[in-house]
Amino acid sequence: MPTSPSLARNTRVGATMLVVAGALAISACAKKAPLQLPPEPGPATSTDTGTGSMGVATPGSQADFVAKMMGSDTIYFALDKYDVDAEDQQALAKQAQWLTQYPAKRATIEGHADERGTREYNLALGERRANSAKNYLISLGVEPARLNTISYGKERPIALGSDEQSWAQNRRAVTVTID
Amino acid sequence: MKITRILALGLMLSGAMVASGAALAQVVPATPPAPAEDGGLEVTVSDESEWQDLGIAITSFATDADVPTRTNAGTTGALGRALSQVVAGDLKNNGLFKPSGPDGLPQPAYAQVQAPDYGTWASRSADMLVQGYVRAGADGNLTVGCYLYDVALKQQLVKGGWQVPASDWRRAAHKCADMVYSRLSGESPFFDSKIAYIAETGPKDHRMKRLAIMDSDGANHRYLTSGQAMALTPRYSPDYSKILYLSYLNGQPSIYSYDLATDRQTLVARTGAPTLAPRWSPDGKWVLYSMAKSGTTDIYRISSAGGGTPQKLTNGPGINIGGSYSPDGSQIVFESDRSGSQQIYVMGADGSNQRRISFFGGRAATPEWSPRGDQIAFTHIAGNLRVAVMSPSGGGMRHLTDNWQDEAPTWSPNGRIVQFFRTAKTSGTASIWQVDLTGRNERKLPTPVGASDPAWGPVRP
Repeated sequence: MPTSPSLARNTRVGATMLVVAGALAISACAKKAPLQLPPEPGPATSTDTGTGSMGVATPGSQADFVAKMMGSDTIYFALDKYDVDAEDQQALAKQAQWLTQYPAKRATIEGHADERGTREYNLALGERRANSAKNYLISLGVEPARLNTISYGKERPIALGSDEQSWAQNRRAVTVTID
Repeated sequence: MKITRILALGLMLSGAMVASGAALAQVVPATPPAPAEDGGLEVTVSDESEWQDLGIAITSFATDADVPTRTNAGTTGALGRALSQVVAGDLKNNGLFKPSGPDGLPQPAYAQVQAPDYGTWASRSADMLVQGYVRAGADGNLTVGCYLYDVALKQQLVKGGWQVPASDWRRAAHKCADMVYSRLSGESPFFDSKIAYIAETGPKDHRMKRLAIMDSDGANHRYLTSGQAMALTPRYSPDYSKILYLSYLNGQPSIYSYDLATDRQTLVARTGAPTLAPRWSPDGKWVLYSMAKSGTTDIYRISSAGGGTPQKLTNGPGINIGGSYSPDGSQIVFESDRSGSQQIYVMGADGSNQRRISFFGGRAATPEWSPRGDQIAFTHIAGNLRVAVMSPSGGGMRHLTDNWQDEAPTWSPNGRIVQFFRTAKTSGTASIWQVDLTGRNERKLPTPVGASDPAWGPVRP
């Protein structure tokens, strides 16, 4: 079981957390599959995952970060919210620990929104969410100069449905380290 | 005699061309439109209205000599037919009229263009008759004449003549449609205008978003960016020379100014922080942009000529974004969540006297001031996203659309029609639609691929 959802989360997210818990019980980490940086549209670019020949991530690589985070590279937000709650804090603490271990690494925090808002506002909202995550990492001792933010608003959903569960997964901030 | 008059018209056109150097000159003074009545389009599309029920016959434009042209339509004979089809399409596709022709109608001879056979048209129950001609000049330019006749009165109501480069032949047809529409409705013209938008292809999570432009009827479509960098939220400059838009070039979302004459683009403001939501002032002298920094977003104003220090118009809290000028440039309507949710505010053009105007429940976003000044179109979010209008004081709110997700309205140049984009549930497919102020004449625009973020420019001179 993941840590219990914070009471501050609204019911929609609470429901999602239960779904996540169920998915975890069924398959080890279906929900926590490594998130990939949404690629730019256009010609496909080869992504160096930093994975070695034996399938083991090179320590300090983005692949290593994703593997170690077990899903904690992403934090989720309630509808129209951008605050970092207790569960987000645990995930960010895990991220900060890794970033402390590899002090030369820089990271970009990508902020996202669900599709049920206007485009421009969601760009600003995604930026606000990424900024919340960044500020919390800074409060844990990560050098501000190592962290960038970028918002994709509602333009890069990870869950493709038009339903509450998908929207809850899309209201997120994803930390991506730069190899 | 008639030919002489047409030749005289042509000479006048040539003179005007030399004098002004303009690519397109309207030289025949159009009869001043009838005074607009209050309510305008609301009257025009109601069942009681008279003029939109008029039987308008649009005939194939005649030519003096069927010669090759440098157009994609073919010879002047074929071009004459194409011109009348564009005129008929404009008047029909916007739900304004139910014109007949050019198919199935008699084709007037060149000599009949200015001497219609009223008896024939009266027997066909036509109330109004549009005739025209096209002539190819030795320089490759085209001269197009357009005439509107009242069949019952046996009288010419208005005429217009334009000389255009072959590549701009459709503009002459739009000018003709504008002339007919204005004369019959009393409204300002809008067909001869262009739209910038975002062309969308690919699946929901890997969607390519490209800057694109087209004429108001969807013709002359052109992609401006390759799709390598995501493009969003374009805005045509009032003189159509540039487009401001948001690009993710180099992974740094910023507003660029795309110069249509040179195909070069420049950063509007070097801020070190993401800039978004570009807007022009009506006179083109100012640019508004919003900048996200440290968790807040505020609206800034900068000279469009470049240089100068950006002036911060809002000062938090929260997200302040967008901005649309009143037609006289004195006020700006914008969006802010300072109250806790997205709502619509008005301020002076210098940021003074900021006050909320939306108080009808739900959230309100993407306000756009009508070119007529009397309405503000916006996105109303209450469950679904719907396009709505209200007065500049926030009264009289009413929905124009009722669908799952309609957003980001943009006004026709005459303030009578609103375009917006509609997103389909689950697939996320986007398309551009338009609706008139009654909310009844709703129509999807023909675009080659998915389409969002329409930005309608002014009527071309």
